[in-house]
Amino acid sequence: MVTDIEHTPETDPRSVGLVEKQSVTLFHPPHELTLEGDKSLGPITIAYETYGQLNDAKDNAIFICHALTGDAHVAGRRRPEDRKPGWWDAFVGPGKGIDTSKYFVVCANVLGGCQGTTGPTSINPATGKPYGINFPFLTIADIVRVHKALVDYLGIERLLGVVGGSLGGMQVLEWAARYPDSIRSAVILASGPRLSPQGIAFNAVGRRAIFTDPRFRDGDYYGQEDKPQFGLALARMIAHITYLSEKSIEMKFGRRLQHSDELTYDLQRETEFQIESYLHYQGKRFVERFDANSYLLLTRAMDYFDLEEAHGPMRESLARTDARFLVVSYTTDWLFPTSQSREIVSALLDARRDVTFLELDSPHGHDAFLIESELPMLHDVVSPFFDVTYASHARH
Amino acid sequence: MCAKRLHMPDPLDVLTDELIMSQIERGSRVIDLGCGDGRLLNRLKVEHDCSVLGVELDYKHFVACVTRGVPVLQANLNKGLEDIPSGSFDFAVFSQTLQQVHRPLAVLEEILRIARRALVVVPNFGHWKVRLQVVMQGRAPVTDSLPYEWFESPNVHFLTMRDFRDLAMRGNFRIVNELPIIGNRAVGQAWLPNLRAHSALYVLERPGD
Repeated sequence: MVTDIEHTPETDPRSVGLVEKQSVTLFHPPHELTLEGDKSLGPITIAYETYGQLNDAKDNAIFICHALTGDAHVAGRRRPEDRKPGWWDAFVGPGKGIDTSKYFVVCANVLGGCQGTTGPTSINPATGKPYGINFPFLTIADIVRVHKALVDYLGIERLLGVVGGSLGGMQVLEWAARYPDSIRSAVILASGPRLSPQGIAFNAVGRRAIFTDPRFRDGDYYGQEDKPQFGLALARMIAHITYLSEKSIEMKFGRRLQHSDELTYDLQRETEFQIESYLHYQGKRFVERFDANSYLLLTRAMDYFDLEEAHGPMRESLARTDARFLVVSYTTDWLFPTSQSREIVSALLDARRDVTFLELDSPHGHDAFLIESELPMLHDVVSPFFDVTYASHARH
Repeated sequence: MCAKRLHMPDPLDVLTDELIMSQIERGSRVIDLGCGDGRLLNRLKVEHDCSVLGVELDYKHFVACVTRGVPVLQANLNKGLEDIPSGSFDFAVFSQTLQQVHRPLAVLEEILRIARRALVVVPNFGHWKVRLQVVMQGRAPVTDSLPYEWFESPNVHFLTMRDFRDLAMRGNFRIVNELPIIGNRAVGQAWLPNLRAHSALYVLERPGD
């Protein structure tokens, strides 16, 4: 919910201002969700945020699918004293790439996450204890099915758009294949129809780091003093490298040293180079906000995702929707290289769909769609794309 | 020499658009290679009920296409068409661009792979003014329809109508139609077209199609 910005004059008029975390509980027994892994789950609480106003026709809603470790807090601040706004604040707001003065924007935390939606840290009603490692195996399809239930609950029959980067882009593809009549447009950023084996390899190392942390205790670490923070931090450090590029690391850190101008010739110093210090910092910050079991669950969901495996050839599965597609890749993204986006585009052309494709030139690797300096370019394309989609729908 | 460095909105472009549109059947699937700001495709979409796709490398033009609601791929024509499935389009428009690609024959082959017919508009460097400049002044030509100094020209190949016919024969393309553009109109049966036309529109297809 957007508070009246008139009352907070210090607020940037281009910000959504103060926002509130909302939640709803669905899938109450006996209407549990049967997951792809055949287990059923319910009730499921979904944490979400919304920005802007849903119009009377309920046809101006855009759903944002967050990436692996993102959350529902896309824009604005939950408390005035918050140091940082939401993860895509520079892109979502009044007059921004996704314009909240025109559109009603929704983002929900993913199933299995740890930011409010039911996940391993939630209490299992059957045992009265956190699910932990016993949380049922889930897939991208399960995540999307839960989000579709939220969209239904909000009374939105057809979304103006679904948009997401990376794991969020996989969700967008799943939306298009699974709910072809529920979306008018799809924006897929730095993503692909499946994770490459190289990507699975990096996830495998990350999971190994967690499993081998003695504090992991087979996933039953809740209520313990010490959690598997070293494993989780290490997993994040490895993953973070895949989000950067050779070029961005060179630009940001080069071979510069962190503490002194000279090498110390001391093996114990783990953070001599700035890049080392940066990765340690990223790991440290990550464990403050993320849960190891969630990380295992969600990286596995990402590994398993294969749109064609699940729905057949894309030229058929994506032919069932009339949605317009916008596919964007980044030149230095090696986790989801442009070839993956082109594969989607090629299938959409084969399916005779309305598709626009752009490879943006950026040094920032996979993370480019989150980097503020890259957002004006994305704005140039995403903003008119939604405007045209909205206008063409209004005409009909 | 008075070189025109600014490429002002050219009424000839509108003429070319009209000419191209006259060759495209209603409701066709059309791809425009080097579609600029998407003006032609938007007209084909709105006025001729065509389903359209643009290909454009220039970022500003690309954004203009998106703003118009014209679906567009950012791709380099020299190598970027391989993702487009064969036979996806009824018509491919290739206007004033052939002389700018590195390997015109290979690009034409690609175009006739993805589309049944190609509408190719090429400048005619056989025009008498061009010939006169070369002969009289001993300089590379700069004219109204070719307004570039040689060192900044996007045109990397120079061809005449006669040369284009040779190319079509070499590529085994059938010329369905040849329309020389003289002054500001296209002429079906022209006298001395290779001297008088500044550009020409060719409709090509694969024999046997």
